[in-house]
Amino acid sequence: MSVMKRVSMMFRAKANKALDRMEDPRETLDYSYQTQLELLQKVRRGVADVATSRKRVELQINQLQQSSDKLDRQARDALAVGREDLARDALTRKAGVQGQLSDLNTQYTSLQGEEEKLTGASQRLQAKVDAFRTKKETIKATYTAAEAQTRINEAFTGISEEMGDVGLAIQRAEDKTAQMQARAGAIDELMASGALDDMVGGPHDDIQAELDRMGASHDVDAELARLKGELAQGAAPREIEGGEHADGASAAGGPEAVSDGQPTQASPADQPQAGDGA
Amino acid sequence: MIVRILGEGQLRVDDAAASELNELDAKLEATVERGDEPGFKPALEELLSRVRAIGRPVEPGALEPSELILPGEGATMTDVRKLLSGDGLIPG
Repeated sequence: MSVMKRVSMMFRAKANKALDRMEDPRETLDYSYQTQLELLQKVRRGVADVATSRKRVELQINQLQQSSDKLDRQARDALAVGREDLARDALTRKAGVQGQLSDLNTQYTSLQGEEEKLTGASQRLQAKVDAFRTKKETIKATYTAAEAQTRINEAFTGISEEMGDVGLAIQRAEDKTAQMQARAGAIDELMASGALDDMVGGPHDDIQAELDRMGASHDVDAELARLKGELAQGAAPREIEGGEHADGASAAGGPEAVSDGQPTQASPADQPQAGDGA
Repeated sequence: MIVRILGEGQLRVDDAAASELNELDAKLEATVERGDEPGFKPALEELLSRVRAIGRPVEPGALEPSELILPGEGATMTDVRKLLSGDGLIPG
């Protein structure tokens, strides 16, 4: 017999077994409705769990992406100051981070797919549960045992198939979420242990520390060079300044020099000029 | 007739398509019988995409059981064997 028919029969067999357990058809209706509501709760929790797990992965992806970017910058900085060994170290770590990233991205996509499926399942089940509730009330209102039994069987088989499908979807999502949680936990541990954290930065980032040291010594060298330059050039500015002073002195001292040479003739002419200037 | 793809919902398919689907299903069945895992995936894909192509989604509030139920996309042979054994399949 075909796969499709056999699977369908398995679902029906389950539904029939559940139906057979009930003595009063109305009891079946109420009991089933309770189970449906519980399953709806469960599938909604499932959607929330998958979403939480997805967000956690999203956060880790962002963190790893940042450390990858940072390592890339550090490699450039290291090369710029001629430290190929440091650049190589940074790029090696970056490759490790990229490996984790690509794994996480794959998991993220699969988790997203699971979330969508579960959301769809939740909506379909909700629609069917609503339909079942309406039908349940109608059947109860017009209750005659023989007629009700048939209609109840129809409705019950229809909804229990949906419930079986949703139940499977929840199981699958739970499995995927558990795998994802384990993986996310492992990466968190790696980060906490410093294996990844060293790359991410912070106080233990040795590549950055080395670059900073180099940057600092570079700054010190530059400062030294500037000071030396100033000292070396020190003589020349003073000569210029001295020249200016000499010019100023000659301009200001002119009258004095003149007065020295020609005291009586120059002073009457200079005095009115100084008075005009003031 | 109504066909369910697990994880996707129900589709209404013209009865006339039954023989075509049965052929594809027979191919899938053969891979399960042979334990042919590599052949299983494409056979399932082919069957699923055919059902999706010719089927129309059943209205959400319908409470009709499906005549045929297909494993969902990405299902493995192990999943199908579990489905067929019916272990803990349907809650409630």
